[in-house]
Amino acid sequence: MYDVAIIGCGVIGSSIAYRLSKFNLKTVVLEKENDVAMGCTRANSAIIHAGYDPAEGTLMAKLNVRSVDLTKELCEKLDVPYAQIGSLVLAFSDEESEHVRRLYDRGVTNGVPGLRILSYDEAKAMEPNIADNVTCALYAPTAAVINPWEYALALAETAVTNGVELRLEAEVKSIAKTDAGFAITAGEDTIEAKYVINCAGAEADVIHDMVLPHAFEILPSKGAYYLLDKSEGTRTKHVVFQCPTKVGKGVLVSPTVHGNLIVGPNAADCAVGDTSAGADDLAFVRKMAVKSVPSIDFRQNIRNFAGVRPNSTNDDFIIHMQDGFCDVAGIKSPGLASAAGIAEYVEQMLTDNGVVLTEKASYTDTRTQPRFKEMSHEARAEIVKKDPKFGRVICRCETITEGEIIDSIRRPIVPRTVDAIKRRCCAGMGRCQGGFCGPRVVEILARELGVSRQDIDKDKTGSYIVRERED
Amino acid sequence: MTELTCICCPMGCRLTVDEDNDYAVTGNTCKRGAVYGRNELMNPTRVLTTTVAIDGASHGRMPVRTADAIPKGKLFEAIEELKKVHLTSPVHCGDVVLENLLGTGVDVIASRDL
Amino acid sequence: MYDLAVIGGGPAGLAAAYSAYEKGLRNIIILERDKELGGILNQCIHNGFGLHRFKEELSGPEYAHRYIEMVQDTSVEVKLDTMVIEITPDKKIFLDSPSGYECIEAKSIVLSMGCRERTRGAISIPGTRPSGVFTAGAAQRYLNMEGLMAGKRVVILGSGDIGLIMARRMTLEGAKVLACVEVMPYSGGLTRNIVQCLNDFDIPLYLSHTVTEIRGDKRLEGLTVMEVDENRRPIPGTEMEFDCDTLLLSVGLIPENELTRGAGIEMDPRTNGAYVFENMETSIEGVFACGNVVHVHDLVDFVSAESARAGEAAADYVLNGPVKGDYIRLVNGDAVGYTVPQKIHRDTVADKIDVFFRVRSVFGKSQIVISSGDTEIQVFKRPYMAPGEMEHIVISADKLKGFDTVTVSAKEA
Repeated sequence: MYDVAIIGCGVIGSSIAYRLSKFNLKTVVLEKENDVAMGCTRANSAIIHAGYDPAEGTLMAKLNVRSVDLTKELCEKLDVPYAQIGSLVLAFSDEESEHVRRLYDRGVTNGVPGLRILSYDEAKAMEPNIADNVTCALYAPTAAVINPWEYALALAETAVTNGVELRLEAEVKSIAKTDAGFAITAGEDTIEAKYVINCAGAEADVIHDMVLPHAFEILPSKGAYYLLDKSEGTRTKHVVFQCPTKVGKGVLVSPTVHGNLIVGPNAADCAVGDTSAGADDLAFVRKMAVKSVPSIDFRQNIRNFAGVRPNSTNDDFIIHMQDGFCDVAGIKSPGLASAAGIAEYVEQMLTDNGVVLTEKASYTDTRTQPRFKEMSHEARAEIVKKDPKFGRVICRCETITEGEIIDSIRRPIVPRTVDAIKRRCCAGMGRCQGGFCGPRVVEILARELGVSRQDIDKDKTGSYIVRERED
Repeated sequence: MTELTCICCPMGCRLTVDEDNDYAVTGNTCKRGAVYGRNELMNPTRVLTTTVAIDGASHGRMPVRTADAIPKGKLFEAIEELKKVHLTSPVHCGDVVLENLLGTGVDVIASRDL
Repeated sequence: MYDLAVIGGGPAGLAAAYSAYEKGLRNIIILERDKELGGILNQCIHNGFGLHRFKEELSGPEYAHRYIEMVQDTSVEVKLDTMVIEITPDKKIFLDSPSGYECIEAKSIVLSMGCRERTRGAISIPGTRPSGVFTAGAAQRYLNMEGLMAGKRVVILGSGDIGLIMARRMTLEGAKVLACVEVMPYSGGLTRNIVQCLNDFDIPLYLSHTVTEIRGDKRLEGLTVMEVDENRRPIPGTEMEFDCDTLLLSVGLIPENELTRGAGIEMDPRTNGAYVFENMETSIEGVFACGNVVHVHDLVDFVSAESARAGEAAADYVLNGPVKGDYIRLVNGDAVGYTVPQKIHRDTVADKIDVFFRVRSVFGKSQIVISSGDTEIQVFKRPYMAPGEMEHIVISADKLKGFDTVTVSAKEA
């Protein structure tokens, strides 16, 4: 019997698992995919928003603003790349200038620090590649960029280190109410838990309906992106947003925390699990992006992808507890930016609902990861001396060594796929997109896991890469 | 008259072969082109390159090729025949790994040291 | 302090090191990231190499073997399993290998890192992101080096040489290659590869077509291919569906110049390689570049020849000092995409200048014109030219000496 079962191990499930792992609780996380961060968390703009966008008085406003500092602190403790680069919202007309002023007022009400409205000249001085017809801009210095996978993984890993059980490929098929709590059928097993926390992202409504009367629906909306080579990574210095207009929310242009340039997204209704980036989606993103930053060199594109927003029939996040079942649903933008605050809020909600949380005598709350590329020459020499595997560069584009790949494999949540390695140490994230290192990562994974190379999947279970010869 | 592209070398000369005039070839820039143009219509041949299994080496596959061209129609049969070959390291570049492939009189040779 | 450090032990690096040695340099090191010399030739098991250089037809590994043996007979030091991380403008080289992370210094450097393949991202193919989408070279490595098959039902996008070679290779190994799809109205590969790899096996080549959608949640399940108009936009109503588990991309090669850029060497956006002089020297004195890191070649024989010149020039630089003085600019005119070299020392010791370039479209009987302003300097005749085949001309240096800028252009005769 578990105390708490968390359904879904995206950034929300991971954040809650991390928080609960400090307490004397028996916690299990049930994830239907073969790794963490495989749903909404894996593909989004990767931004910690400052908090001026959500309407005043909403949970989104409260938790987003609360999370800005929490996230920064967590990233520092858990060694997650984080860069507070600030954001600009550009206006291109009097009407949009008016909108920027409304965002400013809202931000002030929401408690966002440091907001300023910039004139065209000020904005252009800060961000020289923006279009000449910008009328004014809202500057938010607290906005930051992170990598959502690395963030979720660091949280989930720390939770596992502290004794939380993570079950992968454990899709929840049914939940029955019992005298003691819930009986959950997940994958091949049925487990029991006193409390259930529903963090099932784009499928949170399905999970909710297994337990409680229908109350909301998830309306998945996908957004497509371009990810450009690092040669374009300094095209902007800040996250550059547009004002929402009648035709859409506008697309952003931003450096990523790893130094690439991300451009997107559009918004299109979609089915659950649809992450195709269509020709029209991509054409729209391109057309809108050059409105903000005309000089983007799309020939430097290294990857297109699409992510799913778990929008819902509610305007706000749905965080609600009833009869031992807690929904954390409809966590659309600014969901990533609010994750830390959401976990804190859920912790309080559990306490309010009679769950006794006593802190463990000891737990782990720090984590480090070797990053060869970021080391000084002296530190590199030292680590290679200690472990010659750091002397073999596997991913040339990102300078990721065999030592880092093996470190990833030996971490608390064992990666079994080529993309899982990428999520942990960035091998294959560069301009050749794993063309060179892919076969070598397959070889290392097969060797370290003691399986055949044809058993190594690229991504989801069943996404096999190669077949062995018969002779 | 048949037009074809010479494949003897990467130049890719455009040949014209006159079947009615004893397969006379024009458009070639070397003697090999004339021979190829003729053969391509009378008895097309290809050099086959593939790999065979090898044990005890730094790679599991040894690249091999036919020492000379073999009839084009025998390529698939030759591939099957070579699946039966299993080498053990060391093998040197140029070593014969299979003699007289399918009775063609052409040997199969190793393409590198392994 | 080395006299010469060669970055990369593929065909370019091997030829450069060997020539520098032949010219009298002794303290030479080759730094190679793989565990063996030979570079990409090791996976290019097909034949067709060496006709110019060795006057016989060799496979890729055989061609590499010749050069490896030549280098092994010299005192050139070879450091394998070694990745160069950074090169500084004052010729310090930081390298990482299991035997240690260190910094070495050299009087001269030859950059011979080769190139990499363009990927799905570079051409933004819409659709999902299943497994089963490979660059042709990655599938080639899997098959020829590791004995692993990329798939059973294959479509190839792009008619570059590696894609064509893989069409034949996968067919021989039992896969069904359904089509080769090329967005341009002409093939990007050598004609003989079209003949030998597609026509021989009745694999259809769809010119002016492209892949417009990739489908599949886990493994690739299917593709849509459409005809494109003259602006390379898909034409509605021309959809063809392919039921396949594998897509191989042969959509171009990009010189791998991260180290070059890091050293602050001037780059030519047309080649994606460094600007080079006739002796393959870059904008940093004593740093030379050769092979596919400068511009993408079709034939390894020409890589070897170009690299031999780079190696000789490096030896000359160390033994006799730099070539000084101003230079003549070589620029691309009508129908020519780029030239290598882009600069010619006015006081060059060479009496003949090898110039390489590609035309932008297919030509029948045509002329290559070397001119400066209204002055025609030299004219070369060609029976046929295509973008897929690199052109090579040799200009007499003394014909150029009076000019500041010389243009290479092409036209129908």
